This record gives sequence, structure tokens and C-alpha cells, in this order.
Amino acid sequence: MGKWTRRGVITSGVLLGGGLLVGVALRPGHRAPALAPMVASDDESLVNAWVKLSPDNVTTVIVPHSEMGQGAQTALAQMLADEMDADWNLVRFEEAPAVAEYANYALGKGVILGDAQIPDIMLPTVDGAFLQLTKALGLQITGGSSSIRATGVLGMRVAGAAAREMMKTAASETWQVPVAELTTADSHVIHEPNNMRAKYSELAAAAAELTPPTRPLLKEPEAFKIMGQSVPRHDIPSKVDGTALFAMDVHLPDMLYATVQRAPVFGGKISSVDDTAARQMPGVVDVIRLDGGTQPAGSLGTVENGDAISVVAEGYWQAKQGLSRVDVKWQNSVSNAVSSDTIFKQFDTDLTEKIGRKTDFVVGDVAEKFAKADRLVDADYQVPFLAHTCMEPLNATARITETHCELWVGCQNPLGFRNAVAETLGMDAENVTVHNHFMGGGFGRKANPDYAIQAAKIAAAVGRPVQLIWSREEDVRQDFYRPAVMSRFRAALDAQGRVQAWENTYVDKHEPVEAPLVPYSISSQDIGHVASTTHVPFGAWRSVDHSQHGFFTECFIDELAHAANMDAYEYRAALLKDKPRHLAVLQKAAEKANWHSPLAAGRGRGIAIQESFGSLVAEVIEVSVANGDVIVDRVVAVVDAGFAISPDGLIAQIESGIVYGLTAALYGEISIENGAVRESNFHDYEALRMAQAPAIETHIINSGADLGGAGEPGTPAVAPALANAVFNATGNRIRQLPLKNHYLRDRIDENDDVA
Amino acid sequence: MTKLIINGVERSVSVDPNTPLLWVIREQLKMTGTKFGCGMAQCGACTVHLNGKPIRSCVMPLSSVAGQSITTIEGLAPNETELHPLQQAWIQEQVPQCGYCQSGQLMSASALLANNPNPSDSDIDNAMQGNICRCGMYGRIKKAIKSAASVEYALNAESADQLGAVTQYDPKLASNAGEQAHG
Repeated sequence: MGKWTRRGVITSGVLLGGGLLVGVALRPGHRAPALAPMVASDDESLVNAWVKLSPDNVTTVIVPHSEMGQGAQTALAQMLADEMDADWNLVRFEEAPAVAEYANYALGKGVILGDAQIPDIMLPTVDGAFLQLTKALGLQITGGSSSIRATGVLGMRVAGAAAREMMKTAASETWQVPVAELTTADSHVIHEPNNMRAKYSELAAAAAELTPPTRPLLKEPEAFKIMGQSVPRHDIPSKVDGTALFAMDVHLPDMLYATVQRAPVFGGKISSVDDTAARQMPGVVDVIRLDGGTQPAGSLGTVENGDAISVVAEGYWQAKQGLSRVDVKWQNSVSNAVSSDTIFKQFDTDLTEKIGRKTDFVVGDVAEKFAKADRLVDADYQVPFLAHTCMEPLNATARITETHCELWVGCQNPLGFRNAVAETLGMDAENVTVHNHFMGGGFGRKANPDYAIQAAKIAAAVGRPVQLIWSREEDVRQDFYRPAVMSRFRAALDAQGRVQAWENTYVDKHEPVEAPLVPYSISSQDIGHVASTTHVPFGAWRSVDHSQHGFFTECFIDELAHAANMDAYEYRAALLKDKPRHLAVLQKAAEKANWHSPLAAGRGRGIAIQESFGSLVAEVIEVSVANGDVIVDRVVAVVDAGFAISPDGLIAQIESGIVYGLTAALYGEISIENGAVRESNFHDYEALRMAQAPAIETHIINSGADLGGAGEPGTPAVAPALANAVFNATGNRIRQLPLKNHYLRDRIDENDDVA
Repeated sequence: MTKLIINGVERSVSVDPNTPLLWVIREQLKMTGTKFGCGMAQCGACTVHLNGKPIRSCVMPLSSVAGQSITTIEGLAPNETELHPLQQAWIQEQVPQCGYCQSGQLMSASALLANNPNPSDSDIDNAMQGNICRCGMYGRIKKAIKSAASVEYALNAESADQLGAVTQYDPKLASNAGEQAHG
């Protein structure tokens, strides 16, 4: 772990349960000097690692999270600025450089401590300890909906409050008045008795000399001025006039363009290459073979990638034309025989044999309940692989000298990318500089550095700066996919149809661990999984395992409601009596959607609730089914994220998560044929478009619970609410997605599944 | 050398005339507001105006647009200090998330409003059906279009003039543009 500093020792004491409390968000004696040259310009005072003041009294918040559209940078700036009593009109923000000092402790906490609970009283102080620990792990990840609930709560607010206290202390010493007589507002310290007033910037130099407070006092919600307000996002003006810079917008002198094709069958090796025709194409500069094998993958550890061919040219289009003329023969492997059918057959076999089944959660005596059951309900559910299809195809620009590498990229894990590229090039990480840009979508895909590694290798091979741009086809066919999953359920019912036991086994477990758990009070449960690996590479996809398990469990509970001859909402509510937060969200969704109002023939309504990343979301979806097609008419969502820092930002994230989930539930399917992905672009891997987009209304509950995430929790409830609505409208129980594969014209009663 | 009129300014480029207009705009002219999304006229991220009409520049060969008038996102605002009413509405409604598709969305929407200052919901759906937003901001986009349509018509008329009146429909150009297959 390296040598601990004095303060590092103190904070590690917190980890071990000791009582020493140190405000490590502010440590001028330790981190600030190292960070100062990276983020401070001349005349700027670095008040602490996450906030700086310039002479014009502008507060700049340094945000250790990337912007992929989720608005987190604005919300994080709100948290810091409010605690600091900064004038919002004088607040700017910038993304933290990809250096170890900004390693993101939120995910590190999970890695190191698992679910270990930190006592609340210590929460505001442990960030630095995790920062120390995660430095070693190289995490600076934007994902897991963690920005607000971890960085914001543990870092931004503490840093802002500490900065404010330091301003007051500095004023107190300068003016020789008691701190208690000082107040702060709008980036000023005020001493009313003497009618004195100073800009923060006037006190910044003095404040920076102070020892930071160990436990700055955070505001109570009643005192929030900026938190809880829907402030306009700072990044939006540049996104309406074409000036926002994405990584692909970088132009370097002498730069070439490249595109790439990796082995269509995952893990494939090149057998032979004939690039004669390609090299004769106008503009083509080089054809480069990129060896696959084990590669660093940031937070995923390592991945096995196939070989690839890259064509480098004067322009992207020429590179693409050239690539189509390269004659590559790929080696055959056992994976060539794999198809979606063989994969789902394998899942079915593994679920039946249950070899090495691991338990997620067990309570009660499941076997006994099944032995005594009056009725059983069972069902198999499955979902296909999904690609991310960010609007911006993957791209990275690299410039390499003998000793240094500069990388222009839009990614969710700049520090992980830096380390991965450094490892690939055999350089020290300090010699790799990452310029992280706005991402044109991320959704989990841009946490994997494979495309940056390719760009670095290509630039190294041609000896000139190279911008690597993937075609959309490559983006669809070389993703790290949301895994296909099959999930098997069995429930025991008593004579009145009440559920006595819940048994669930599924394949392929990832994160988060709690995704398959249900909130319902069912006295006996046995939930577990079996391994059933495929050659299709895995990646985090918006809400990760919640997106599959939300569909499975919230549809199966709907089946149990139906089996009990109960209303789908009333049934859930009855089983959530002991979960007031869940119940409030569910009730509000039903109320806002007029759950009990009658619907015309051919229309249906479905409900679902899923807790994910600390937020609770219930959704009611209304559909019309006509001529075999489903039309999604309306989505009503209720979200409890504890407290909405930026209500409109939270609403926008929920809307976005809903449309992302609808695209997946209606159309999303990556199918495997002869070991490779069949789909290739938006014509066969469709996305929801405006005419298909439903009216969405989102309601917020500020329950005061710990802050939850926003980017992902809108997605998991979509597929089950939609499938349950289709059942309500047609009697078709949808147990396999996507819906486009189902023929819904005839009303089919699937009660024959109930034993 | 191929001549183009980009945002009212004549530019010359020396590049294979088969090169799609998108890459000429981005790589030769270094105007990066127009985005690459799919390369086959499926997503609309590359939408620009050709003589006032929205086209997908990723499938439009340079040779087909020689000498003609192209408007990109950089030329949408009436002048350097003022935004197009749609751009203002986009900010007002906080439309963009990642923002990558928004240049294309705005170019499709501005072509719509130039012809149809008071579009119905289905007019908007039809005009915008070729533009994918993976952040799913369709509701906000529609609201922003309606809001811009409802502001003073004079502004719209002015910006429509600025973009150039819609010229005669040219079927050859339309087929080259790979008109959107609705998904």
C-alpha cells in the first residue's frame, strides 16, 4: 500500500474502527501541493483539492467524475457551492485531471470493504482514507450511479463546508473579531456588527495557510439554498451550438485517422492477412495488425480480446474504404459453433443440473413449504445480450513520443485508462496524460479502455498522432455486452393463493449483489445462481444486473398476483406493509397513474418497483396493443432518491433511463450466430424514436433517506411494467425479451403454466 | 478542387469527390459540430441543410453537393450574439444530456420550422423520426420545438431567410441522401 503519511495513518485508524476524525477532504499539508500545479493557474488559491478560488472571486469546483450527459458535474458543484455559501453565479467547474490524487473512493469502498458499514458519524471523514486506498487500485470511475451519493455526500459537501469555515477563520484573524459573529453568503464573509464584508477571494490566501477544520459543520436541509434547486446545467449552452468538444473533435497537427476490425468471433486469432489491395487505395498510409490476448480493462481487471486489423489513412472514410479491402482470414475455434440457441440451451442445462449453485439469500424453510404447498407456480424467464450503442461511436486519439503518451478520449474511468495505456506501452503512468472529453453517451461501455489501447498501439506503430474511430458496425459487434441471462422461478402457494415460498436460480451473476433480491415479505426464500460462462464479453450496462433481475422478479411477482386472483398493485402493496419507503413510492405511482381507472379494450396497465443504487423507482406503464404491435402510451414514474439535489436533473435522468429501458425491452437483441454478433447498426439494432416515445411523467419523493443514484435507477422497472401491461391488455405473459419477437394479435391465456 | 458554400462562405476542398460530405466538413473544414453516428443515414447525428433541406451528410458524396449551399450547426444562429429560437428553447427546456445527437436534432427541427412554423405533434414526429437520441430526450425535444414555434414568428422568418429558402425538390439528391427508413 505504500508509505502512509501521518494523516494517512490517522485516517486508516478510522477504517479499523478507531475514533480519530480528520477532515481529509482538506489537507493542504499533504495533497494540495501535489495537486496545485495540475489545477491551479497563476494567482489562484487552492483552498483544497476540490475547490479553488480565483482573484475575481470565482469558485471553481474540481469534479472527479466524467460528464456523459447525466449532469453530475453540475449537481456536484451545487453540493459544494451550497455548503460553501458561494454565489452560484460565480461558480464554475472543471473535471479533475486523471491523476492518482483524484482516485474515486466510492467504488473503492465496495472493493475493499464489501458491504461493511461505516458509522454515520464518521462518514464525512472517511473519504480521504478511501482515497488513499483506491489510489493503489487506480479507480476514478463514473458509474454505479455513485457521483452524487458518494463523491457528493462524502466529498463535495465536506469540502465546501470546510472551505466556508476556513474563510470565516481567516476573516476572524484578519479583522480580529470572534468567528461566532461572522456569517457567510454569496461568496462573502460578513461581520454585521462592524458592517464589514469581504469577498472570499480577498481571504483566500490567508485561508490557504490555515489548518483545515477536522469536522466542518454541514447544513441541515432547511438551510439549503442551492441544493434542491433545478439550476441550469453548465454544459448545455455548448451542446446547442456545436461547440461542445467530444474526443472525436480533436484535431492535432500531422494527425492520421484509423479504423479497426477485431475478430468477429470473440477471442478470434488472425490466420492470414492480404492487405495488398488496401495499401493501393488512395489515402491509405498503413495496415496494422493488432494482436489480441489478455489486456488491462480498468475496473474489470483484464479481458481477453481477439486480434484486430487496423487501416490508417489520411481520413476516416479512406481508412474505412481501405479496411473493406483487407482480406483477413480468421482461425476457426470452438466458439465458431456457438449461437444464441446453444447459449440458452446451455443455460437451461446448467439451471437444471445446478452444479455448484451458490446462494445469494436464504430465509425460512423452503423445502418444507414446497412439500406442503397447495399449488405451485413456476416459470423460466430470459433476456438476450444487449449492446450499449452510445450515440458517439468509440474513438480515441493518441500522440506518442519516446517517453510520453497523450490521449484524448471520452471515458468513464480516466485513471484506469491512463494505467491501461501505460501498461500497454510499457511506460510509467506518470508519463501518460489523459485529456478526458464529454462523452456522447457512456452507459457503462466507456469504462473499458480497449479502444484507447488500440489507438495507442496504432499511434506507436505509425509514429504519428492517430485518431482511431470505430465504425458503428464495430461498435455493435465488439461491445462488452449486457449478458444474456436465464432465470428459473418456483413459488409455493397455500390454498388461498398466498405465497409461502420463493425459489429462484439464475445464470451469470455480476453486480450489484442484491439485484435479484425481492423486497416482499415472503417468509421462505432461496435465491441463488449457477455459473454458465459464454465467450461473449461482459460489460456493465446501465443499471447492470438490476436491468435483468428487475424484469424477472417483477414479472414473476405479477404472475403470483394473478395466481392469487389479486390486483397487481394491491398484491404488491400487501407484501410491502413493512417497507414504508417502498410502499410510499408504489402508492404514489398507482395514484398518479389512476391505477384503478378502467381502460378500453386492447389497452393495459402494468406496474413494477425496483430499488437500485440506493434509489427506489416505481413505474406504471400503459400500452395499447393493436395489429400485433405494442404502443407504449404513457409512463408514470415515482422516484425516491432520498433528496433531489437538482430536481429537474433527477427527472431528466429518470426519463432517460426509461427510454433506454424501453428501447431494450421493445427491440433490444444482440444475437449470436456462428460465434459472432449478427446485428450491425441502427437498422437491425433499433433505438426508440420520437414517434414511439411515450409521454413520461416523473414524480419525486424526498424521503430524507441517504442519497441514491439517478443515472441508472430509472431503467430496471421499465421492462417488467411494460410486460405486465401487455399481459393486462392481452393475456400474453411475456417471459422473453424483446417484445418485437412476440406475436400479440391473439389473446392467449397462459394459465396452463400454473400447476 | 470542389467548391462549397458553407454557412454562406465559399470554401474549396481538394479531396476525393466520393468522400461523404460529413468527413469533408469535419476533417477538411475542421467544423466539428456535425457528428458521426452510424454512417448509413440511420441516426441523424450528421444532419445538415442542403439548400435549406435536411440531409444526412454521412451518405452524401461531395460531388453531389458541389457549388451548393450547406448549413451546419455552426451556421444555425442568426449572428454571433444571438441564438436561433430553437437553440434558446433547447436551453430553456434543458434538452441535451450527452449532447452528441443535438446538432442533428436542431438541424432537423430548424428545417421543419422554416417550412412549417406551427407544426402539429405528428408533423414533429415525422420530421424528427430520423434522429435518434440514446439519452431519450424526445419529450423535451418536442416541447422545445413547440415552444420555439410559439415565439414571435418574425424571428422564425428571419432565420428561415438566413438559411435560404427551400429550393425545388431534387429526387436525385434525395436518393443520394439515403432518406431515413423509419424505425
